[in-house]
This record gives sequence, C-alpha cells and structure tokens, in this order.
Amino acid sequence: MTAEETTPGTTAAEGLPHGGDAVTYVYAVARDSAALREAAAELAGVGGAAVRVVAGTDGHGDSSGPGRGSRSGSGSGQEGPDEPGQVAFVASSVSARDFDEDALRRHLEDLEWLEAVARAHHGVIEMLAGATTVLPLRLATVYLDDDSAREALDAGHDGFVQLLARLEGHVEWGVKIYVDAPAETTGAATADDAPAPGTAGAGLGPGRSYLRTRRAQRSSRERAHEAARTAADRIEAAGHAYATDRARHRVQQGELAGSNGENVVNDAYLLREDRSQAFRAEVARAAEDLPGVRVEITGPWVPYSFTTPPDGMSEASGTSDASSAEGRPL
Amino acid sequence: MTGPMTPRYDDPLPQRQVALIDLLDRLLSGGVVITGDVLLSIADIDLVRVSLRALIVSVDAETRPLWAGPAPEGGLPDVR
Repeated sequence: MTAEETTPGTTAAEGLPHGGDAVTYVYAVARDSAALREAAAELAGVGGAAVRVVAGTDGHGDSSGPGRGSRSGSGSGQEGPDEPGQVAFVASSVSARDFDEDALRRHLEDLEWLEAVARAHHGVIEMLAGATTVLPLRLATVYLDDDSAREALDAGHDGFVQLLARLEGHVEWGVKIYVDAPAETTGAATADDAPAPGTAGAGLGPGRSYLRTRRAQRSSRERAHEAARTAADRIEAAGHAYATDRARHRVQQGELAGSNGENVVNDAYLLREDRSQAFRAEVARAAEDLPGVRVEITGPWVPYSFTTPPDGMSEASGTSDASSAEGRPL
Repeated sequence: MTGPMTPRYDDPLPQRQVALIDLLDRLLSGGVVITGDVLLSIADIDLVRVSLRALIVSVDAETRPLWAGPAPEGGLPDVR
C-alpha cells in the first residue's frame, strides 16, 4: 500500500537506504509542532521510506542575510518546537543511486518512475496538510544529508515563515476550460454556414464541398472559442470576488492530457478555505449556458502553485523561471 | 468534479487519486525551489524538465498566453 510497490528501479526501497548510500529527500517546510511530528511519524514517502522531521538549528546559523532583524531577539536558542517562528523540513531517506544527477536525469524521463515519486511526494504533502500549513517544495529536492538540508532550511528561514503565513488557511483550486473538439460533420455546428452534411456532398464538387466543410468547422470552432472566452471572463470575475491570487499553468496537451477536447485555460486559484464554496459554485455555473465549453475544477490542492514569494525572496528566486506557473495578483 | 476523469492509475495510497498531468503541472513548475546542494542544481532540473516536456506535451506545443493583461482582440487565439 505504499509507493514502494510502484517505484520501479528503486530497489533500495525495502532495505531503507542507510549509511553512505542514503541522501535526504525533502518534501515540504512547515512550522515545527507536535501536530506536525505526529503526522509525519505515520507517513511513508518515496520508496516507502519512513518520513521524519528535520528541524532547523536554533539561531538559524548564518545571520548575514537581509531581513534578519526580525529574528535578532531570538538567537538565544530557547525556542521550543512549538514556537511559531520555528520551521522544519519534512524529509525521508532515498537512495543516492536513484537521485544523483545522472540517475535523476534518466529517471525523470521515465514516466512510471516519475509518477511513483510524484504520487509519493504528493501523498506526504497531502497528509501533512491535514495537520498544519504546508509549504510544498519542488519535486526531487535532495540534500546530501540532514545537516546539509538543515543549512538550507536555516538560510531560507525568514522567507519560509513569510510564505507559510501567506498560505495559512488557504487552498488551491484548479480551473480548466475545455473547448469540445467539433465533430467532423456536426449538423448543428454547420447549419449557419453550409448545407447539411448530407446535401453538401451531393450538390457540390468535392473541392467546394471540402472547403465549405472546412469553413463551417472553422467557424464553429471560433464560436466555441468565443464561448470559452466568456466562461473565462466569468471565472476571472469570480476570482476577483473570492480569490487571493491566481497562477497560470500551461495548457495541457499531449498524451497525458487525454482526449477531452482542447484545453484552453489551465489556471490555479488560491482561496481562503471559507471562500472556496462560493467560488466553486460560481465556476461551476460559468459554462452552464455555453454549448461546446466545459469547465473542470480540481482540488482542493495544497497551494503548490503559490509558493513564489511576494517580493523576490532570494532562496526561492529560482521559481521565476517557471514561466508556466506565474503568480499574478488579482 | 474533483476526481480524475480517467481513473486509469492504480491507487497505491489511501488518498484521493488525482490526474497525473494535474499533479505534474504543480510538482514540476510549482513548489518552492531551494538550492544548496551539490547533487542537483536548479539548472539540471530545468534541463530535465525540457526533455520531459517532450513526453508530456505534443510536439508543436508552445505556451500560449491567454488573457495575459488586456484581452486579445478577436477572442481566443486560433488553434493552428
């Protein structure tokens, strides 16, 4: 029942990698608390390995970074784990052989492996989110050991605290808009522009008939896209009314996207939990009267798409390259 | 409405199953990116992501900005 059954290539899964072979895989940052430790203790992570909490160092090591002022009075190290300022990584051991650079490059192209790791990563984060506010980390964030991870945790401390505060009490909802692919010969879609498909072929030469059909398809596609645009405007309005933030993902295409029509919008909205219901209701209504347009809502998600710091925090600046998921204030 | 549309993955975990593509949207482009280890650099991950994209999206896929800023004229960009 753990990911270990579905982690091809992770032969070290059952004998949990120990010693020199193990590296530290980090899933998330959260405020250190009894609730966090309790939740983490019950979890199995990538490869089925036991999940643990890696707490930061008291005083947070390096004190040269900007924004340290707010922490200056707390460097004496008497903070307990329940102190709100203290953050921790949630981590587990993985095999170094599976997560060194070359192996990872290979593995990430192997969809089966990727899926197993992604689901394990997500599983840990989801379960933690039941206990506390969670700041998820990018897939496959790996450190040589816990000490190395702790250094990174300490270095990012202030930013993590800031982000956790921003995400507290929030969930993410995915909103996707689809335009149904027009069927090759749809009577209704072609009615305005061309004779019914049956008569088109009869009265016209094959060339003109083809052109007509093409034109009719094109025009029905344009209408469907216009309708999708209307749905998007409505959803955006609902976002303005209820959401804290919005991020855009690239539209879903290709094998994994399935054949559910053409995905034209793939957004994520950050919502306070108490506003989710109203938002969802409006989104669900957005395409009600729009034929050929479908809206799909997914969630609630842990706010994966909203981990970019508001003001360019240094340790997470790498997310700025993720053009496919830009946070954008509403 | 919240479930995956195609429950074709066996669920090894007790939690609700989400569609892999929705999960990858979030795990490969979301989440905090932190640096600080020699094993992986952000650049490596991005490289991997590029090749991975080929697998997930179709060949002619490109990011099409929709409604970025003011609405584009004439509705949605054409498909082809």
